[in-house]
Amino acid sequence: MLAVEQLTTRYGSLTALHQATLRVDEGELITLVGPNGAGKTTLLTTITGLLRPAGGRVTFEGRDITGWDPARLVRAGLALVPERRRIFKDLTVAENLKLAGVTASAADRRERLARLPEVFPILRDRWSTAAGFLSGGEAQQLAVARALMSDPKLLLLDEPCLGLAPTMVDVVFDLLVDLRRQGRTILVVEQQARRALSIADRAYVLRTGRIVAEGPAAELARRADLFEAYVGGASAVGGGTAGGGAP
Amino acid sequence: MTGFVQNLIDGLGNGSTYALMAVGVSLIFGVMHLVNFAHGELLTVAAYMTYFLQTRGTSWWIIVPLAITTAMVTSMGVEAVAFRRIRGANPFTLLLTSFALEILSHACWKLFVGSERKQFDKPGWAFNTFQVGPFLFEVWDVAAIVTTIVCLTATAWILRNTLFGLAIRASAEDFDAARLMGVKANRVISGAFALAGVLAGIFAALSLMRTGLAEPRMGANPLLKAVLAAIIGGLGSLQGAVVGGLALGVAEVFVRGYVGDWFGSQAAGLTDGVVFALIALLFVVRPQGLFNVATAERV
Repeated sequence: MLAVEQLTTRYGSLTALHQATLRVDEGELITLVGPNGAGKTTLLTTITGLLRPAGGRVTFEGRDITGWDPARLVRAGLALVPERRRIFKDLTVAENLKLAGVTASAADRRERLARLPEVFPILRDRWSTAAGFLSGGEAQQLAVARALMSDPKLLLLDEPCLGLAPTMVDVVFDLLVDLRRQGRTILVVEQQARRALSIADRAYVLRTGRIVAEGPAAELARRADLFEAYVGGASAVGGGTAGGGAP
Repeated sequence: MTGFVQNLIDGLGNGSTYALMAVGVSLIFGVMHLVNFAHGELLTVAAYMTYFLQTRGTSWWIIVPLAITTAMVTSMGVEAVAFRRIRGANPFTLLLTSFALEILSHACWKLFVGSERKQFDKPGWAFNTFQVGPFLFEVWDVAAIVTTIVCLTATAWILRNTLFGLAIRASAEDFDAARLMGVKANRVISGAFALAGVLAGIFAALSLMRTGLAEPRMGANPLLKAVLAAIIGGLGSLQGAVVGGLALGVAEVFVRGYVGDWFGSQAAGLTDGVVFALIALLFVVRPQGLFNVATAERV
């Protein structure tokens, strides 16, 4: 469904992503793990068109989508839940969702607006609240719900558990498993590598801008060497979360 | 007391027209982080259009919609030609470009139309007055206030209830996140310029009915007032721009009154100086403007 070939991204003279190659097949849940600064976010940002690649190719359902504008990619069926969520804090929960339905027809938008609160009951209680007042867990659910408003064929998530309380992390992982069961194709970037590997079909390990390992998730999870050398035993709650999270 | 209320009404009349411009400046700043110093030139374009039509005997009923359309189309054209290619450049580049456009516009009018003032007939009814209790109203003041209230309410409604409005507000907060949701960057920015252009056109129509003249540099002063009003309110905040515009209009009228009382009517030129000093004082106390646009970061 998605094929990334030899993708290279530079920030000035710094190469953040070095000839990365990966693929996601229909119905798969793929995880991309790696330490801080490995280029995970750069990879997702380049796929979704916010960054221009310096080389390589991205194809989606057989079409070359390299360098496409994000707004066009959403219409093609590819949605990103960005790092740190980036929900619109001055807009209400309802407005966030309504805007995210901008690519859908009016009827589809109404139908999804009515259905999503059943999947995310928390959002219904906060429907007319400015999203800036949501707790971390609520905000993350809104971010996922927002991405689902475009009914994407492929859902990309960038560190959905960053800064969340442990109970909320469980909720997010359960949600991913649910979405996958409903047939949604998912590529999730996670720092909590062991946790992510436990739910994924296949995985890629990224380190300093290069893909250093790939394979079935269960297999990678057994390779202790990877965790010590590359991921730094990142099975505990992800770094940089101090003070974040709990509602 | 009567004098006070009278001044207040005059101030609100002027201030509400500043608010029309300030909201446009603030809208554009919101989606592009550009303080558009060329925004005042929309008044000039509309003024020459009005001059051209009025001196040929066109009715004000036709002039007004044409002037507004001219401002809107010009605003969108400037965005497409000048600002689109430097979108995302640093704010200083954007600012300099808008300065250049302002100066270019002044020069072009001087060169191709002439630097002298062009006068045209004002609609007489605008200056009729009527009495309510002890208060004397000029039709124009009331028309300006009512028009502004209608326009700003409509703008607020659009921003709150339409997808286009949501896209503008979301883009103002996080442009890239809005693009990730499927918002088309060109369309939302062009739309913001169109809306700002319409508001500027309405301001132009109101102000031209009162002044009845067109000249090359006429956009500079309203622009300054609009930018100040937007900054007083907090750039990017639309309620702020409205409050800033009204506050500026009211402050001017009162300061002019006091300056006149103390220094004689010759000293009216001091008004701007005193008002600017007050604004400087405000920024010492509240450097972010009256309204703070950023919601508290909460992860």
